[in-house]
Amino acid sequence: MIVEFGHFALVLALAVAVVQMLVPMWGAYRRNAALMAVAEPAAMIQFVLIAASFAALTYAFVTSDFSLVLVVQNSHTLKPMLYKISGVWGNHEGSLLLWALILALFGACAAWFGGNLPPTLKARVIAVQGSIGVAFLTFMLFTSNPFLRLAVPPLDGQDLNPLLQDPGLAFHPPFLYLGYVGLSMAFSFAVAALIEGRVDAAWGRWVRPWTLAAWIFLTIGIALGSWWAYYELGWGGFWFWDPVENASFMPWLLAAALLHSAIVVEKRESLKAWTILLAIMAFGFSLIGTFIVRSGVITSVHSFANDPERGVFILMILAVFMGGALTLFAFRAGTMEAKGLFAMVSRESALVANNLLLSVAAFVVFIGTIWPLLAELFFDRKLSVGEPFFNAAFSPFAVALAVILPIGAMMPWKRGELVRGMRPLIPAMLLAFSVGALVWAMQTGRTALGPVGVALGIWVVLGAGIDLWSRTGRGPVAGRIARLGRLPRADWGKVTAHAGMGITVFAVCAMLAWKTEDIRIVQEGASYPLGPYEVTLQSVEEVQGPNYRSTQATMVVRRDGALVATLTPEKRFYPVQAMPTTEAAIDYGFLRDIYLVIGDPQDGGGYAVRSYIEPFANWLWGGCLIMAFGGFLSLSDRRYRVAAGASRRTAAVPAE
Amino acid sequence: MTRFLLVLMLAFAPLSPAFAVQPDEVLADPALEARARAISRDLRCPVCQGESIDDSNAPISRDLRLVVRERIMAGDTDAEVIDFVVSRYGEFVLFNPRAEGANLILWLAGPGVLLLGGLGAFLYIRRRGQAVAPAEALTADEQARLRELMNK
Repeated sequence: MIVEFGHFALVLALAVAVVQMLVPMWGAYRRNAALMAVAEPAAMIQFVLIAASFAALTYAFVTSDFSLVLVVQNSHTLKPMLYKISGVWGNHEGSLLLWALILALFGACAAWFGGNLPPTLKARVIAVQGSIGVAFLTFMLFTSNPFLRLAVPPLDGQDLNPLLQDPGLAFHPPFLYLGYVGLSMAFSFAVAALIEGRVDAAWGRWVRPWTLAAWIFLTIGIALGSWWAYYELGWGGFWFWDPVENASFMPWLLAAALLHSAIVVEKRESLKAWTILLAIMAFGFSLIGTFIVRSGVITSVHSFANDPERGVFILMILAVFMGGALTLFAFRAGTMEAKGLFAMVSRESALVANNLLLSVAAFVVFIGTIWPLLAELFFDRKLSVGEPFFNAAFSPFAVALAVILPIGAMMPWKRGELVRGMRPLIPAMLLAFSVGALVWAMQTGRTALGPVGVALGIWVVLGAGIDLWSRTGRGPVAGRIARLGRLPRADWGKVTAHAGMGITVFAVCAMLAWKTEDIRIVQEGASYPLGPYEVTLQSVEEVQGPNYRSTQATMVVRRDGALVATLTPEKRFYPVQAMPTTEAAIDYGFLRDIYLVIGDPQDGGGYAVRSYIEPFANWLWGGCLIMAFGGFLSLSDRRYRVAAGASRRTAAVPAE
Repeated sequence: MTRFLLVLMLAFAPLSPAFAVQPDEVLADPALEARARAISRDLRCPVCQGESIDDSNAPISRDLRLVVRERIMAGDTDAEVIDFVVSRYGEFVLFNPRAEGANLILWLAGPGVLLLGGLGAFLYIRRRGQAVAPAEALTADEQARLRELMNK
């Protein structure tokens, strides 16, 4: 009964979305306030209906209602409650429902928080958001209905893929979707502005918080996914350049570019057409990501098993939205005149360079991801593109970005001088160079990656600090420190996010350059050295879990005789899916993680054991979180609440 | 026949809870082993979904890892080892596509777009900059008037 209610709510949501798409758009065209006013209640009702539908599906999973195909395929009575709930979105149909729910949530948020938007723009934004809802709800109801029943329900389900039964992965998709789908708001704003025919500073200010929110969620989502891969897949890697990872990385890069170019629109009324194009492309890459994950065209470790019919449908959605938006763009781009003027050396130019690097980097990832497909289609060659290509083709962009970041961040608007602009950064430069050189000298015979990472990390983090300090103006130190606290949150956000980026770059290089690996057979009770540590395989036991059997080792790590940690790596076997998983045991540390994996028993006795020392692993996730926190600080700046409200009274005021 | 074998291996892959490089595969000479690891990271497991043979648990990956080590022990260079594997499994197993033929498009796409984009950005910025110059520079009349005022 509850399931039927959920199914019905979903169909009703589609009907509401159709109304939301058509009526406000027509109202905005006719300048009819009553028709435009339909937008708000429609967006909210659509959200409530999809939320009800989502709740019904969750109820079916929680109560293990095996008359639903989806529950049978992805759940099991013995599964822990957390994974019964996360099982709702651990599959194609359910994750699509989550996608639609978040889409409707953003539409409803535009209705709630959009009070300061001009009425026609607001109506059009919500209508465009509604049209995306129509596309995805139709897709779901016709090709991927989560509410299909079985005539004869089985006694128990087939369980969720054991790799997905993990707290990290339980929360990874919701964050990722909040990011992916959040970019739909930037898209809706861009299309609405194109229809409206006007892009000004106020538009830049309105679109920026939505992009920022989407970018924060994407950052957290990607970090969670990478952390999951690190501890769950059992070989301590954190990024594999897998098509699905790339699918989330491309929108992140473009969202980062969009964030920066929207600043130029807001502050200087330049780069308008480019910003609109970025907003369209960022959401386009979200859709391409959806296509890659769900069509099965490009094989990947993470993708849902799939049929081509769905792929064709998503491709059609992609063609309609991208084709439509880009055509509109082609007609209207000429009308968006830039106002602000600036010189070759200026903050504006630095932000153009940032955008160029970020978007070309996204393009490189894109071509690498789809090249196997293109090569097979056009050249009849079956080939692969993997880590070595991406490392070689992508890294230069990351390095270039990190090098120009501190200089660009401190460059004045309109017109600056390169030499004068770099003067305050000299200490950071010197320190970065000398520490990099010192590290280079200390580690003979290894890659240059480590020293480069150290130098870049110091340069970016210290550069961010100097940037913040320079914002306090001149005068005695005490006064400047007092002024630090009064700086706008946007300044703190910018500096925090940049420092987080520096930390992340450093951690990536450190982990790739200085990882220690050890593979060997260890007898029970025996010890072996691992770097400065001594590891003892104390015992190995068979343990029964709720829905798995486990071979659990107890391993003791000592340093100079003192106990560092007792770790219990496991090898689990999930009988329902007949699938083994490795559960690495990790001793998290500030400077290093000790990472132990237990393998098969060997013929001659003993067990295969893999051990790693992962240097600065936590700095990687920490850096990402700091980046996201910086975005959050910037989002909470009062400018978005106060100034955005002020602009309603005087139509379009130029920023500042 | 190979296809049949692949299918067979694929079918049994999930049942073999092995894990990537096994202790018995590791070469005694750390330098040679390091070379073997570097090579295996660039080779794709033919039956898995995007894993290198270094990471993969599939039996065929173990066989490939052993082949790589055999060739290294036989005195092959890295390039010869990779050629040997490619000659048997095709370029599909190469994670690092060779920069030749159509693949040049892949390798040159990034630098090419960067150059074009950089040129576009440069022209755009120069246009915005040229518009600045006349607004800020003084005309001859203004210069004269300024001198006049300064000399007063």
